[in-house]
Order: sequence, then C-alpha cells, then structure tokens
Amino acid sequence: MSADPANPHLGWNVLRDVGELVEYHFMVNALLAGAIVAVMSAAVGWVMVLRRQTFAGHTLSMMAFPGASAATLAGLPVAWGYFAFCGAGALIIGRVGGSERRTWSEESASIGAFQAVALAAGFLFVSLYGGVLGDLDSLLFGDVLGISDGQVLVLASVAAASLAVLVMLARPLLFASVDPDVAGARGVPVRALSVVFLAVLGLAVAATSQITGPLLVFALLLMPAASAQTITARPIPSLALTLLFGVGVTWLGLGISYFSVYPAGFFIATISFAGYVLVRAGAALLGVRRARPADPMPVDGVIA
Amino acid sequence: MLSQEFMRNALLAGTFVALACGVSGWFVVLRGQVFAGDALSHVAFPGALAAAAAGVDQRLGLVLATVIVGAGIGVLGRATLSGRDGGVALAADDTAIGIAFTFILGLGLFFLTRFGLSSGGASGIQAAHTLFGSIFGLGAGEARLAAAVALVVTVATVAISRPLLFASVTPEVAGARGVPTRLLGIGFLVLLGVVAAEATQAVGALLLLGLLAAPAAAAHRIARSPVVGIALAGAFALVSVWGGLVLAYAVPSLPPSSAVVAIAATIYYGSVLLV
Repeated sequence: MSADPANPHLGWNVLRDVGELVEYHFMVNALLAGAIVAVMSAAVGWVMVLRRQTFAGHTLSMMAFPGASAATLAGLPVAWGYFAFCGAGALIIGRVGGSERRTWSEESASIGAFQAVALAAGFLFVSLYGGVLGDLDSLLFGDVLGISDGQVLVLASVAAASLAVLVMLARPLLFASVDPDVAGARGVPVRALSVVFLAVLGLAVAATSQITGPLLVFALLLMPAASAQTITARPIPSLALTLLFGVGVTWLGLGISYFSVYPAGFFIATISFAGYVLVRAGAALLGVRRARPADPMPVDGVIA
Repeated sequence: MLSQEFMRNALLAGTFVALACGVSGWFVVLRGQVFAGDALSHVAFPGALAAAAAGVDQRLGLVLATVIVGAGIGVLGRATLSGRDGGVALAADDTAIGIAFTFILGLGLFFLTRFGLSSGGASGIQAAHTLFGSIFGLGAGEARLAAAVALVVTVATVAISRPLLFASVTPEVAGARGVPTRLLGIGFLVLLGVVAAEATQAVGALLLLGLLAAPAAAAHRIARSPVVGIALAGAFALVSVWGGLVLAYAVPSLPPSSAVVAIAATIYYGSVLLV
C-alpha cells in the first residue's frame, strides 16, 4: 500500500508506520526541527528551572502576540517581530526585574506588569492594523507541518549559537543561579549573566513556539527539565535526562499527530505532562520509603 | 459620554472589577502569586471550550475551571511563606503552576480542534471572544452581574484581610497562634479564581493581569502600611480603569483594555522611577 499524506494509515507494524512518516519531506523537516528545538529548549529550560524563572519564560513566550501584530502592521515577516520582541522583552525583564535587593514578590509583580503592557501593545497593533491577522493563528498554535528547509537551517543556527553561549557560560551561570550572593561576592557578574541568560531564554522560547505554539512552549521548555530535576539533582545526569525526555516527547507527539486529526502541540503537551506526573508519583513513592526512620537519608549531590 | 449606554455599563463593571483586582492584587503581590493569577486567566479559555464541547453553558465551564485550578494550586502548593526563603518556595510552586496550565491549554487546543472539525471556522472566533472579552461590549445585565460578583469578592477579601495578612507575612507565627494559614491560602486562591472567571468574560484576560499586578505593585513600592497600601492599590486600579475608559472613548482606534493597562503601567513604572 502506498502512503498518502491526506489519508494516513496507522497499522500494527511500527516499522511500516515510521517508514510512512519519513517518506514525506515535510514530516522529515518537522522531525528535524522538532529535535533541534527539543535539544535547545531542554538545555535552556533546565537552567530556567534551576534559576526559577518560569514566569519570565512564560512572559517571553507571550511576546509572540505583540511581536506578530507589530510585524504585520509594519509589513514584515511575523517571525522577525517575534524574535525582536523576545529579545527586547528579555532585556527589559533583566533590567527591571534583576535590580539588586529585589524580593521574589516584587520581581514577579514587575514581570506581570510587563507582560500586561506587552499584550496591551499587541491589542493596540491589531486595532491599528484593522484587518485580520492571517498568520496569527498559525503563530499562536504553531505550524509544525509547514516548516521549510530554510527554517530548519535558521533553527539549527539559533540553537547552535544559544547552546554555545550556554556552554561557554556554564560554570559562572551555574554558580550565579545556585547562590547569587556568594557568586556576586566572588566577583561573578551576576546581573550581566542574568540578562544574557534571559536573552538566550527568549531565543529558545521563540524557536520552541514554532513547534508547539507560544501557549504550549512549556511542554518542551519546562516539563522535561522539571521531570529530570525531580529524578536527580546532579547536573550532568539530569541535563542528559532532560535532553532525552525533550526529544522523545517531541518525536512521539509529532508521530502520533501525523496519524491523527489533532495538532502536535496537544500531543506533545499531554505526553510531556503524563511523563511529569509519572515521575512525581514515582518520586513520592520513593520519598515515602526514604522517610522511614530505619533508612538513612541518601545524600545526592544536592545543588539547590 | 455618560449618555451612551455601553459607556455606563463599562464604567459600572469596570469600577467594581478594578476594586476587586486592586484589593486582591495587593495580597497577590504580597504573596508572590502573580503567576498564579496569570495562570487562572489562561485556564478560563480551555474551561469554556470544554463546557461548549460537553454542551453545557460556557460560563459554567469557565468558572469551574478557574475555581478548581485556584483551589488546586492552593492545595498542591506549599503553605505560603514570605521573605527570602519563602521566595524560593513560592518560585518552586511556579514550576508546578506552569506545568499545570500548559497541560490545560493543551486540552484547550484539543477542544478547539474538535470544534473546528464539527462546526467549521466559527469556533476560532468564539475562542477569541472567550480569551479577550471586551468591556465596551457589555450588556446592562452582564455589567450588573460583573459588578455584583466583583463587589462580593472585594468584601470577602477585606473580611479575611487581617488573618490573611498575618498568614502571608509570618506564616509560622500565624500557624502557631492558630490561624488556619493553609485554609486561608486555598480560600484566597478560590476568590482569585472567581475574580479571574468574572474578569476574563467581562473585561478580558489582559485587563485581569494588568489590574492585578501593576496597581498593587506600585502601592507596595509607595506604602509600607497595609491599610494605606490596600487603599492605594484600589485607588490606582480605579484611576486606571476610569482614565483608560475615557481615553479609549476619546480615541476610537485605541482598544479600552490597552488604554487601561497603559495607565496602570504608567503608574507602576512611575513608582519604580520615583520611589
């Protein structure tokens, strides 16, 4: 039986199903782009969870709306607007949220206020444009099956650049994330590191939303990292697990969505969530056993 | 301006939603729960879609979603702590909040697709309306309902404000003195869920976040005293809504929610620069 993209056929032969998947160029591009984005967001998300900047990551993903509407208003490609607003948003959150002696509550309030301003700007741009934003739908929910060779190349270079920055800054960034006060006292530029990391986070969010849509970026950015950090607190193993979870979830979600009418974002989010719930349940069971007085508490390399 | 019925409805609903957001927002900022409020406004959309898919009144789904998720965050989250170490505990909760609302938004996408398959393209428009209600599109009945719900939430927040303040600032001491800190935390998030449900359909999800975070954050920077701070937060929210509505009325191309948030943000960034 020959494969037909309009009428996918799911059988019991897994090899044949996978064969059908990779027969199409658009599916190969989707799987490639998915893997690139999964690796990038796994690494960046792992640091984000460590630095507890989930809200900042979410706010950066919301930049898709003002970014896309501003770009449409200016007659530019929506992706440009997205990257521009993500970058600017990272700088603003870094400057306003990262000043010295801020408590968590002040920081989250300033991020929330900034997000509201950005969304308000988006509404203003839509209203000024007056028409229907054609590309907004695919931007908000991701258009993974329409990824071109050029986009794969762009995603790969963005991912390579971000990963290079992360690797170069790995040691001071880890130090500054785990104990900012001590790191600052030892002369680590905590503030500058924070801004640089937010910029990398912005890039990762913008890239990830091409696969999942901006509303569901946490499926790749947050869930694999949170699952892995629940399993182990040691940096190298948990980072490796994050990469594994991210790529696995992405490919599984893309594969299933090919044989289904429902979008990839839904499957990726659901599989990722199921994985996290399983990991937490397992950790809770093990935690109960560990808490028994007879068992000595095992001390892993605790970093947080 | 006041002779226009839509303007009177917008002012009525806006005034009370502003009060509710300002007063509860002061506690939201104090307890570091802005992200929780944001998440509640996101789950309103899948809730409404799920209800529509089940053939139930959308508003029911919306309220159930926000209230259940609010209670869920309260139950699953750790007892609220404040101060330096508390900040870390709350931020850890934010990981759980982010995961939960992403999963629920994923379900929303599922329901949206299901709808799109059965009813053509109308679902997308309906979804957009759920996500971003317009304060200028309120009928008289809706405006009164929004005002009543917001007033109840404001009164309830003020009623529990003393123990809630105690439990937010020094949770250990409050717990030792017999204040039910955990129950208060859950109750407060349920109230926040009600605000989110009402605000998302009456004035839009955007206004909720803007009115919850910006006026209260400015009030926290300016006033140390809780009473003055809460009053200031309410006043800033009121000024933002009234000013924004008048501005949007005067400049038709300016959406009302953008105008309200612009004023709230000006107050907040002004307080950051000046104080």
